[in-house]
This record gives sequence, structure tokens and C-alpha cells, in this order.
Amino acid sequence: MPVRVETYDRIEDAARALSASRSARFLGGGTLVMRAVNEADQSFDTIIRVRDASLRDIRAEGDRVTIGAGATMSDVIANRELAFLAPVARAVGGPAVRNMATVGGNLFAASPYGDFTAALLALGATVNLAGAVSRGVAIEDFLRDRDRGANALVQSVTVQRPHDASAFRFLKVSRVKPKGVSVMSIAAYLPLSGGRVSGARVAYGAMGPTPVHAVAVERALDGQPLDAAAIERAAAVATEGLDPPTDALASSWYRRQVAGVHLKRLLTAERR
Amino acid sequence: MAKKPLHFRLNGAEKAVFVDEGQNLLDVLRRGVGDLTPKYGCGQGACGTCTVLVDGEPHLSCLTLAEAVEGRRITTTGGLAQGNQLHPLQTAFMENFAAQCGYCTPGMLMAAKALLDRNPSPTRQEVVEAISGNICRCTGYEPIINAILEAAKSRGARQYG
Ligand SMILES: Cc1cc2nc3c(=O)[nH]c(=O)nc-3n(C[C@H](O)[C@H](O)[C@H](O)COP(=O)(O)OP(=O)(O)OC[C@H]3O[C@@H](n4cnc5c(N)ncnc54)[C@H](O)[C@@H]3O)c2cc1C
Ligand code: FES
Ligand code: FES
Repeated sequence: MPVRVETYDRIEDAARALSASRSARFLGGGTLVMRAVNEADQSFDTIIRVRDASLRDIRAEGDRVTIGAGATMSDVIANRELAFLAPVARAVGGPAVRNMATVGGNLFAASPYGDFTAALLALGATVNLAGAVSRGVAIEDFLRDRDRGANALVQSVTVQRPHDASAFRFLKVSRVKPKGVSVMSIAAYLPLSGGRVSGARVAYGAMGPTPVHAVAVERALDGQPLDAAAIERAAAVATEGLDPPTDALASSWYRRQVAGVHLKRLLTAERR
Repeated sequence: MAKKPLHFRLNGAEKAVFVDEGQNLLDVLRRGVGDLTPKYGCGQGACGTCTVLVDGEPHLSCLTLAEAVEGRRITTTGGLAQGNQLHPLQTAFMENFAAQCGYCTPGMLMAAKALLDRNPSPTRQEVVEAISGNICRCTGYEPIINAILEAAKSRGARQYG
């Protein structure tokens, strides 16, 4: 059955239409939605889109930045307020994909996609849902409920800008350079206080159905100086509690084998 | 199924067509307005041969909802030559044997044009990055990279394009 396209001028109206239908998909940049249309995916019959350009706005208030769900990876790269996220956005696809792929769409992209979302998870972002009463949810809660079919429109995400830019690190591991899909991506936010890590947040992309926290790694690093011994202990528990997927790029076994190595490279900032 | 009216500029000319719901831009360019220069390779975003410029920036036309380009400026390989005068990129592709089967060429040309329009004298690394979303199964890429670098040089010298 061919797909129907509904276009709205106001975000609220699009949000209402989306939540009222189980067989509708919102159109971000379309890199995944249009692929599904081209393949005659039968799991949806309606595309909902919105003309409101404000969905693409990026606003900084103090040390918080709110990124509209419609902002593309190229918009992120071009925005000075988001310099800390530019290396992450640059790791998504090639130039044409980056001109299309939105921050909102990345939140829903199934593994092995979701590199940008892994970074948002490490940064403790808030996902702001549109609707009659707009509300913010922690990205962990958003990702937990994501695939349960509640059709909510994401309006924006809010992130805290790291006080110390070097506290945030990101690494994407892919086999094809410079543009390949992730074997895994690793994002780490490791603020130091008195020379010790305080409040470690480490997240992986492509190591679960959604981006996930590396809880054991966070525990191993918290309260420690970021020295060789602590990094060694963190690498040893790199995949503890995780169930990495097997896909066309890598097996679960392979992902387990190499995660510690890549984590160590990221933490010692030894980049290839 | 309802048809929807769509207006856009294609290589400088106004176009008005009716499109199907859910129809992608590549299909509208090829079947709707008869511009056969952008190619269909995969329909998945993976190959890049359908790359066109939307308001000057490269987009994958197979993944672009046609009705979303209302009022926008589309540039395809069909718009590169000026009459009989080839674009410096086209000349450089010929002179460097950058096309074998030629299937990737229109996408490569558009990715390269977007790069040179923004950055007239790119480094080799910047060229590699610019065509990183475009697959070529014939040339091994080196001739394409060389062609783009040479076009950048000749364009600088001739102030043309
Ligand atoms: C060739 C290629 C390479 C790629 N490389 C990468 C990569 O390296 N890393 C990576 O992470 N991804 C990659 N992707 C996947 C994808 O392009 C990105 O994840 C992108 O960010 C998805 O965004 P989109 O706007 O295109 O999503 P769309 O296709 O528009 O939407 C994707 C899903 O999200 C939903 N959605 C979108 N916006 C909203 C919203 N505001 N509210 C509610 N639901 C919404 C849609 O309904 C749909 O289910 C690649 C894709 C292709 C085709
Ligand atoms: S046909 Fe569009 S990317 Fe292959
Ligand atoms: S020349 Fe054949 S695919 Fe590039």
C-alpha cells in the first residue's frame, strides 16, 4: 500500500497527529524513513512532516544548549556553541548524509546507527517531547521506552556544555575510512575534581539495541585519577553487563574482544 | 492516489510537476521531468550516485521526499555544461580517466562541485572526505581524486565555472 504524507504548519498539530496513529512515522531528514518507503516497508502507511523551521533551531542559554530535533549533523558542525559535538556529528555518514540526518532521527536510529545519540547519552542530555504539555525526559528513560511504540514527537534535546572541553571524548570505530558504519562508538564524559574523576558517564553506540551506558566502566573510573592503573581496570570491565549485537559488521564476540582496546585508546587519548 | 503539485528550480529553470505521495526526488527528476543525469544505484543512501545539490549542498535524491523540495534550487550533472562548454570538473574527469563504467560519475561530480564551490583549493584529504559517501567500483578512486584536484587548479587559473 502506498504511503500517505500529511504536512502540518505547527509542531503541536504534527505531534497530535503522530500520537493519534500507530501506523505513522515522523519525517526528519528521511535517511531512514525514505529508505523504508523505497523498500515498501509495510509497518507504516503515513508520513507526518512539519514545515515549522523552528524545529531546526539551536539555542544556547548559559551553559546549556538546546538543539532542535530537526537540526542536521551539518547544522551541529556549523554551530560555534556546539564545537564539543562537532567531531561526533562529523563521524555520521558522508557529507550528503550529514546534510540530511537530523539529531531527532538519530535518537530513533536502530543499531548500528546512533553515534550522535551515544554522545548525548554520555552528556546526560534531556529529550524534550512536543505536545499539549511539552515535557523533558532523561535520555536514559527515553531510550528505555523508545521501541515500545509510544509515538511521541521529539521537539529538541538539551545538553550541558562541558566546563572543561577535554572532559568529553568520542571515538568511532569503523572498518571503512573515512566513512563507515560503526563497529562501535564510545563517548565519555569524565569531569575531574581534585585530580579525580567525579561523575563518570561512558556510553557505547552499536553495543546494544539502543546506545547504552557502560555501567561497570563508569564505576571503575569514578573517584580515581585517570591514570594507567584506573584505565586498565576500566578496560577489563569494558563489556561487563552488556550484550553486544551480532550484525553484518561484527559479531558479538568480536565486539566484546575489541571494546576494551578501543576504550583504552579513547581514555589515553591515543588516537589513530 | 492523490497527486500533489510541486514547484522547484532545476539547473536554473522553473519546473512544475505533479508528484505521488511518498515519491522520492530521484524518481521525480528522472521520470517526472526527464533529467536522467542522476542515477539510481541502491535507493538506500549507500552508493551516492543519486547525489544532487539542494540549495547548493549535496543531498541524496533517493532519500529525499520530493514534496519537501518545494521552492528549492536543485542542481544536477545536467546543469554543469554551458552549451558545448564542459564544466572544468567534467573536462578533468575525462583527462584523468576518472570514469570507467561511468555509473558513479554524476554523484562524484556533484559531490566535487559542492566541495569546490565552498573550498576552491582543497587538500587531497578534503577531496577524499568530500567523496566519502560515493562508491566507485571501477577506478579505485585515485583518478577521481586527481581529477578533482586538477579541476580545482584549472578553475583557479581560468576563473571559470
Ligand atoms: C549511507 C548512510 C550512512 C549512515 N551513517 C550513519 C552513521 O555513521 N552514524 C549514525 O548514527 N547513523 C548513520 N546513518 C543513519 C541515519 O542517517 C542517522 O541515524 C540519522 O541521524 C537519522 O536521522 P534522519 O533525520 O534522517 O531520520 P529519519 O529517517 O527522518 O527518521 C528516523 C526515525 O526517527 C523518527 N523521527 C525522526 N525525527 C523525529 C522526531 N523529531 N520526533 C519523533 N520521531 C522522529 C522517524 O519517525 C523514524 O522512525 C546512516 C544512514 C545512511 C543512509
Ligand atoms: S541511489 Fe541514492 S544513494 Fe544509492
Ligand atoms: S566508474 Fe564505474 S562505478 Fe565509478
